[in-house]
Amino acid sequence: MPDQLLYAIEVTLNGLMAGVLYSLVALGFVLIFKASGIFNYAQGVMALFSAMTLVGIMDGQVPFSHLINAIFGTDIHHFGWHVPAIVAILLTAVVMTAFAWAVNQVIFKHLVNQEPIILFMATIGLAYFLEGFGDLMWGSDIKSLDVGLPQGGSFWIEENTAWLGGEGFYGFFIDQLDMVATVVAVILVAVLVAFSQYTKQGRALRAVADDHQAALSVGISLSYIWVLVWSIAGFVALVAGIMWGTKSGVQFSLSLIALKALPVLMLGGFTSIPGAIVGGLIVGVGEKLFEFLVGPMIGGATENWFAYVLALIFLVFRPQGLFGERIIERV
Amino acid sequence: MFYREAGDFSTTYQADAQTFPIKYERWGYYAILAVAFGVVPFFINDYWANAVMIPFLIYAIAALGLNILTGYCGQVSLGTGGFMAVGAYAVYKLMTSFPEVNIAFHVLGAGLVTAGVGVLFGLPSLRIKGFYLAVATLAAQFFLVWLFNKVPWFYNYSASGQITAPERTVFGVVVTGPNTDAAAKYLFCLVFVFLCAWLARNLTRGSFGRKWMAIRDMDIAAEIIGVYPLAAKLSAFAVSSFFIGVSGALFFSVYLGAVEVTEAFGIQKSFLVLFMIIIGGLGSIFGSFAGAAFLVLMPVLLKNILVGQLGWPTDLATHFEFMIVGALIVTFLILEPHGLAQLWRVTKEKLRLWPFPH
Repeated sequence: MPDQLLYAIEVTLNGLMAGVLYSLVALGFVLIFKASGIFNYAQGVMALFSAMTLVGIMDGQVPFSHLINAIFGTDIHHFGWHVPAIVAILLTAVVMTAFAWAVNQVIFKHLVNQEPIILFMATIGLAYFLEGFGDLMWGSDIKSLDVGLPQGGSFWIEENTAWLGGEGFYGFFIDQLDMVATVVAVILVAVLVAFSQYTKQGRALRAVADDHQAALSVGISLSYIWVLVWSIAGFVALVAGIMWGTKSGVQFSLSLIALKALPVLMLGGFTSIPGAIVGGLIVGVGEKLFEFLVGPMIGGATENWFAYVLALIFLVFRPQGLFGERIIERV
Repeated sequence: MFYREAGDFSTTYQADAQTFPIKYERWGYYAILAVAFGVVPFFINDYWANAVMIPFLIYAIAALGLNILTGYCGQVSLGTGGFMAVGAYAVYKLMTSFPEVNIAFHVLGAGLVTAGVGVLFGLPSLRIKGFYLAVATLAAQFFLVWLFNKVPWFYNYSASGQITAPERTVFGVVVTGPNTDAAAKYLFCLVFVFLCAWLARNLTRGSFGRKWMAIRDMDIAAEIIGVYPLAAKLSAFAVSSFFIGVSGALFFSVYLGAVEVTEAFGIQKSFLVLFMIIIGGLGSIFGSFAGAAFLVLMPVLLKNILVGQLGWPTDLATHFEFMIVGALIVTFLILEPHGLAQLWRVTKEKLRLWPFPH
C-alpha cells in the first residue's frame, strides 16, 4: 500500500478515537436535554470541575486554601495524605451528585416552564459560576491527572502493522489512552442504554423525556428525575474529565471541549444518544482528515473551526440533525 | 413628584409618537446628552477614560447591535466576537489603504463590511432556528478568528501578526494612536454611540422593528401575516452586524490601539456581550446601555475593593468576578428575566404614583 494512504488511514483511526472523546462530552448534553429540555452549556465546565475535584481529592489539597490564606494570612496547602484513585473517583461522584441536587434546588426549580433560551442562558451563567468556584476551590494552576490509565503509543499495534507499508513506515501510532477511552465509552453507552431500558428509574426518565405533564400525572416526581439526570450527566462529565484530563492536563481549556461538543450534537441531533456517538465520530474523523488533506494548503489549525462549518453546512440541508426528531412547527 | 405626565397634552400625532412622549423623560434625556457632550470631556482623565468610559461606550454599541438581533429579532448569536474582529480588521485595512480619508468614514466603512459578512453568516438562519442557529454562529466566531490569524494580507504581513492603529485625526485632533487625549477618544466614541442609539431606537419602533419582533415572537405566524422572513432576518443580521462592526472598529482603533485577534476577539467576548443584553434587558435600547455599564463597572469595582482595599491577590479577584457574573446572570433570569430595563420600568411606574401608591 502507498504510504500516503496508510497515513490517511492512521489519521482516520486517530480521528475516530478523538471523536469518541467528543462523544463522551456530547452524551452528557443529550441526557439532560432529553430529560428536561435544558441545553446544558455547563457540561464542559462540569467535566473540568469534576476533574479538578478528583485531582484535589487524590492529592489531599485543602479546598479554598487560597481564599483561607488570603483572609487569615495562613499558609496551608495540603492535608498531606493521598487518596487511592478509585476512592477518589467515588468521592467525586458523590460531589457531583450533591452538585446536581444543588443546581436543581437553587436554579432550575425556579425556572420551570421558562422558554428554552432562558434555560440555556441560565446554564451559561452556571458555567461561569462553576468555573470561578472551581478555581477558587482548587486553584487555577494546571494539574496533571493520573488515575493509572495507560498512556503513550501502543507498541503492539505499531509492531504488528509496520509490515503494511514500505521502508519509511513504522506502523500505526495509536494512543493507548484513546483506546481505553473507546472501551470506556462503549461500556458507558451500554450501561446507559441498559439503565434506561431495564430499570424503573430509567423508564421514568424516558417517560419524562417523552412528555412532562403525562409523566407528572402518572406520579413520577419531576424534581427527583431531574436530580437523577443531572447526577448521571455529572458522572458522564467525570468520565470525560478523567479522559481529557489524563490526556492534556486539568486546565481551563478543558471547559472549552463543551464548545467542541456542540457541533457534534448538531450533527447527531440533540435528542439522540446514538446521534451523539455517530456525530462525535464524524466530527473527529472529519476534522483530522481535513487537517491532514487540506490543512497544509491553507495554513493549518483548521481544527478550530472545521467542525462548526461542517455542522453549519450539514444543518442547512437537514435542520434536525442526523437522528433528531423531525421538527414540526404549527402556528 | 419627580416624574409626572400630568399636564402633558399631545396636540399632534407627531408629538404623540415621539421617542420620549413624557416631558420629564425628554428633559432628562436632553440633560444626560448635555452632560455627556458638554461636561464630561472637561473632567475626564486617562484612568476614567480607559478603565470605564470608553469600554462602556464601545460595548454599548456592541450590545445595541446584538440586542437588535437577539432581543428584537430573536436570533441568538454567539458570533459577536468574530464580527467585532471583522470590524477591527476592516478599519485597519481601510486606515492603512486610504490614509487621506477621515477615520470616521473608515469606521462606518468597517461597519458596512461587517454588515456584509453578517448577512453572509445570517443566511443559514432561514433554515436553522433556536439553539441550532446559536451553535451555527459559532462557526462564524471560530472561522473568522482563524482567518485573521492565518491570512497575512489582513494584518499587512506584520511580523508579530498584530495590527496596530496608526495615528489619525478628526478636524485636526488626534483620535487614534498612542498620543491621543482622553477627551478626544471619549468624544469620538460618544458621537458614534449617539448616532447608533438614535438609529437603533428609530429602526426598532418603525416598520423594520415591528417585522423583527413579529419574527421573534413566532416566525411562521409572522410569515402568514405577510412579513417576508428573508428580508426581516437578513436586515436584522445586517443592522446588528453593522453596529457590532463599528464597535469592533472603535475597540481596536481608539481603545486598544494594538490587537491580537485570538486574545481580543475570542469567544469570551461573544459571551460578554450576550451577558450584557441579558442583564440589561432583551429587546430594550436602555437595557443595552445598562447592561454594558454594569458589566464594565463591576470588574473595576470588584478589583478596587478586593485588590485595592482588602489586598487580596488578583487571581482570587478574577475568580470572584467569574462567580459573581455567573450568579448574577442566574439571579436575573430567575427574579427578573427582562433585566435592568424592566427594573427601570417598574421604578418609573412606582415613581408616577408616588407618594400615593393607590
